Amino acid sequence: MSLSHEAADGIAHVSGVDPVFGKLSWGVFPFYEPIILYTFIVVALGGLAVVGALTYFRLWGYLWKEWFTSIDHKKIGIMYMVLGLIMLLRGFADALMMRGQQAIAASGGEGYLNAHHYDQIFTAHGVIMIFFVAMPFVTGFMNYVMPLQIGARDVAFPFLNNLSFWLTVSGAILVMLSLFVGEFSTAGWLAYAPYSGLEYSPSVGMDYYLWSLNIAGIGTTLSGINLVVTIIKMRAPGMTLMKMPVFVWTSLCTNILIVATFPVLAATLALLTADRYLGTHFFTNDLGGNPMMYVNLIWIWGHPEVYILVLPIFGIFSEIVPTFTGKRLFGYTSMVYATCVIMVLSYIVWLHHFFTMGAGANVNAFFGITTMIISIPTGAKIFNWLFTMYKGRIRFETPMLWVMGFMLTFVIGGMTGVLLAVPPADYVLHNSLFLIAHFHNVIIGGVVFGIFAGIIYWWPKAFGFKLEPFWGKVSFWCWLIGFYLAFMPLYVLGLMGVTRRLSQFETTFYSVYFIVALVGALFVAAGIGAFIVQILVSIKKRDQLRDTTGDPWNGRTLEWSTSSPPPYYNFAFTPRVHDLDAFAQMKREGYVRPTEGYVPIHMPRYTATGVVMAGLLTVMGFALVWHVWWLAALSFAATLLYGIGHTFNYNRDYYVPADEVREIENQRTQQLAGAAE
Amino acid sequence: MTGTSSDTPKEFFVIEDPHHGDDHGEHHHETGTMLGFWIYLMSDCLIFGILFATYAVLGQNYAAGPAPADLFEIELILVATFALLFSSITFGFAVLRMDMNDLRGTILWMIITGLFGAGFLYLELKEFTHLWHIGATPMASAFLSSFFVLVGTHGLHVLGGSIWLIVLLIQLGQHGLSHENKRRVMCLSLFWHFLDLIWIGVFSLVYLTGVLL
Repeated sequence: MSLSHEAADGIAHVSGVDPVFGKLSWGVFPFYEPIILYTFIVVALGGLAVVGALTYFRLWGYLWKEWFTSIDHKKIGIMYMVLGLIMLLRGFADALMMRGQQAIAASGGEGYLNAHHYDQIFTAHGVIMIFFVAMPFVTGFMNYVMPLQIGARDVAFPFLNNLSFWLTVSGAILVMLSLFVGEFSTAGWLAYAPYSGLEYSPSVGMDYYLWSLNIAGIGTTLSGINLVVTIIKMRAPGMTLMKMPVFVWTSLCTNILIVATFPVLAATLALLTADRYLGTHFFTNDLGGNPMMYVNLIWIWGHPEVYILVLPIFGIFSEIVPTFTGKRLFGYTSMVYATCVIMVLSYIVWLHHFFTMGAGANVNAFFGITTMIISIPTGAKIFNWLFTMYKGRIRFETPMLWVMGFMLTFVIGGMTGVLLAVPPADYVLHNSLFLIAHFHNVIIGGVVFGIFAGIIYWWPKAFGFKLEPFWGKVSFWCWLIGFYLAFMPLYVLGLMGVTRRLSQFETTFYSVYFIVALVGALFVAAGIGAFIVQILVSIKKRDQLRDTTGDPWNGRTLEWSTSSPPPYYNFAFTPRVHDLDAFAQMKREGYVRPTEGYVPIHMPRYTATGVVMAGLLTVMGFALVWHVWWLAALSFAATLLYGIGHTFNYNRDYYVPADEVREIENQRTQQLAGAAE
Repeated sequence: MTGTSSDTPKEFFVIEDPHHGDDHGEHHHETGTMLGFWIYLMSDCLIFGILFATYAVLGQNYAAGPAPADLFEIELILVATFALLFSSITFGFAVLRMDMNDLRGTILWMIITGLFGAGFLYLELKEFTHLWHIGATPMASAFLSSFFVLVGTHGLHVLGGSIWLIVLLIQLGQHGLSHENKRRVMCLSLFWHFLDLIWIGVFSLVYLTGVLL
C-alpha cells in the first residue's frame, strides 16, 4: 500500500507542470531585483554592441569557419582562454558584491543584498571560478602548449577536442542564463545534500547547477582522455618519458587525475539529479537515504580537483623559472616524482574536508597524516625552483615577477593548509573565514598567479608579439597587494570565529577587517583592469612588440623552435629529441633549420559537429531545468542522431600539399633573415 | 642516426621520404584510438564503481519495504545472464571472422550478438515492469533506488551498445571491412565485453548475495 503511494507521489511531482512550457512563465525573470535588472541592461547592451560589431564587420563567417568549427588545438586553446577570461569578469563581479555587502553589513548597515540573493552569489562565485575560470584556463594552456612541446601536429582526437570545448561553453551558458531566467543555486559550490535535495531547494537554481556541471563535466572527461593519449602516443621520436618537459609531465598527471575523478563527479551529480527528478532516495533524510555519502562522494572528486588545477600551474612555473634564469631546471627527476606522488596522494586526502562529520579519531588521523605528507613533495618543488634560481642570471621579466609572487604567497597558503590538516585545529577552524583565506591563498597565489605568468610567457608564441611590460607590472603589483589586503584580514576574522557565507552581522566589531578586505578586492579589480589595458595597449603597439624569431625569451623547449604564431601544422619537420630541454640543446649544438625536402602533411578537417551537438545539449539542459519534457527529449534525440550522423562521415582528414608547406616555410626563412639583420 | 657518438652532428628533424610518409601516420593514429577507448572504459568503470559502492552502502536500507529475497526471481536473471554471456562469445566469433576478412561472417555473428543483447534487454525490462507493478519502485527505498540505478545504468549501456551495433552493421554494409570499420568493431567488442564484466559484478553482488544471504 505505502509503496504504491510513494510511486504515485514521484510521478505526480513529475507531471505537475504545464505540458508545453514546463515551469516557464513570465514570472521567471527576476527583474524585480534592481541589481539584476541593471546587470541585465548592461549585459544586454554590451551583448548587442558585440553582436552589432560582429555583424557590421562581417565577422560571423570568419568566426564560424576559422574558430568555432576549428579542431586546431591552438585555436581551441585560445578559445578556452577567452572563455576563462570572460567568466573571470563575471566571477569577480560576484566577489566584489560579496566584499561590498559584508563591509556594509559588518559596519552596521543592512547592505544591498538580501540573504537569498547573497547565497546565490557565493554559490555562483565558487562554481564559476572553479569550473569556468580556472578549468578553462588550465585546459587552454594544456591544449595550446603541450602538443607543441612534444613536437606533435595536433592532439590524438582533434574533433573530440572541439566537442569538449563546446560542452564546457554549454555549461557556462547555463550558469549565465540562470542570472536572468529564474535563479541560481543557493547551496554553495558543492551543493551538500540534503540541503540540495528537492525538499529544501525546490527551485530551478539547483537544477541549473546540476545540468551545467553534468554537461561541462562530460567535456572535461573527454578532454582528459584525449590529452593522456596525446602525451603517451604522439611524442616526437627520441622524447622518452624522462625527456618530457615538466609542463608535459604535469599535464599528464593532471589528465590522469581528470580521467580518474570526473566520472566520480558525474556519477554523484547523476544520483543527486535522480533524487530531484525521479524521487529516489540516495541522499535524502528519509526512506534510507544517506546525505553523508554525498559529502564523501563529492569530495572524492573535489579534492583531486584542486590538484587538477594546480599541477599544470606547477608545470608552467617549471618552464618559466629555467627560461628566465638561463639554467636547466634543478632536480628535474625529483620534480617528476614529486608530481606523481602528489597525483597519487591527492586521491587519499578527501576526508580532511569534513573532519567534523564524525568519522572517528582514527579515520581523521589517517587523513590528517596523508594531508600533511602531501606538503612534502610540494615543498620539494618549491626548493627545486629556488635552487634553479640560485646563482642563475635572473631576468626580471613580468612572468618571473608572478613566479616570485607565487612562491611567497603559496608557501603561506600551504602552511595554513597544514595547520588545517590537524584534526583538532580543524574542529575550531572548520567552515570559518580562516578556511576561506586558506584556499584563496593557494588558489589565487598558486593557480591565478600561474595563469597570468603563463599568459604573458606564451602570448608571443600564440600571437606573434610580446605583451607590453609596464601595464603587466602594474597588474602584478595590484594583484599582489590586493590579495594580501583582501585575505590576511580573513585569517584574523577566522581565528576570531567568524564563519563563512554570512551576509549579516550582529556586531560592528569586525567592521575594520571587512573594510580592509574590500579595499583589497578593489586593488584586485585594478589588477584585472590593468591586465586588460595591457592586452589592449599591446595590440595597439604590436608592430613594436613583434617577435619574428619565434623564440622571444631564449626558451628551452620545442614550442619555441617553430614560428610565432606557429603554422597550423606546427612543425614542417617533426623534431627529433636527444635530451631534456630539446630546443636548448638544438641551439647549443648549432642546429640548421631545413629549408628543403618538404613532404605533404596529414591534417584533420574542420567540422561543425562539436558546436551543433553542444548547442543541442544546451537546449536539452535548459529544457530539463524548466521541466519542458518534450523539448528535452527532442533535443536529446537530435544530439544522438547528429552524433551518429557524424560517424557516417569517413572523410575526416586531408594532406597539406608540400608546395603549401614550402611557401609558408619560405616566408619564415625570410622573416628569420630579417630578424638576424 | 640518433648520433650517439659526439663527432657526428645530431639529427634534429625527422626527414621523411616523400613516398613513404602516410602509412606510418595511419598506424600511429589507430593505436591511439584503442588506447583512448581503453581509458574511456576505465572512466566508465569508475562510474560503475561509484554505483556499486552506493549499492554496498544503501543496499540494506529497505525502509520497511521489500528486501532482495522478496523481489528477485533468480531463474529469470540466470537466463538473462546467460544471454549476455553468450553474446560476448558470439562477438568473439565476429571478431575472429573479421580477422579472416570475412565480411558476411562478421555481420552474421554481430547480428546474433545483437539478438542476444535484445533478449537480455527484454528480460531486464520484464523484471523492471514486474517490480514496478508490485510497488517496488526506485522511490520506495534507498535499497531500491540504488538497485534500479545500478542495474538500469548497465541496461542503458547495453541499449547504447545495441544502437551502436545497428549503426555499425549499416556502416559495414556500406564500406565493408575498411580500416576504420575494423577499428570500430574492435572498440565495440571491447565495450561489449566490458559490459559483460560489469554484469558479472551485478549478478554476484546484487542478485546472488541478495537471494542467498
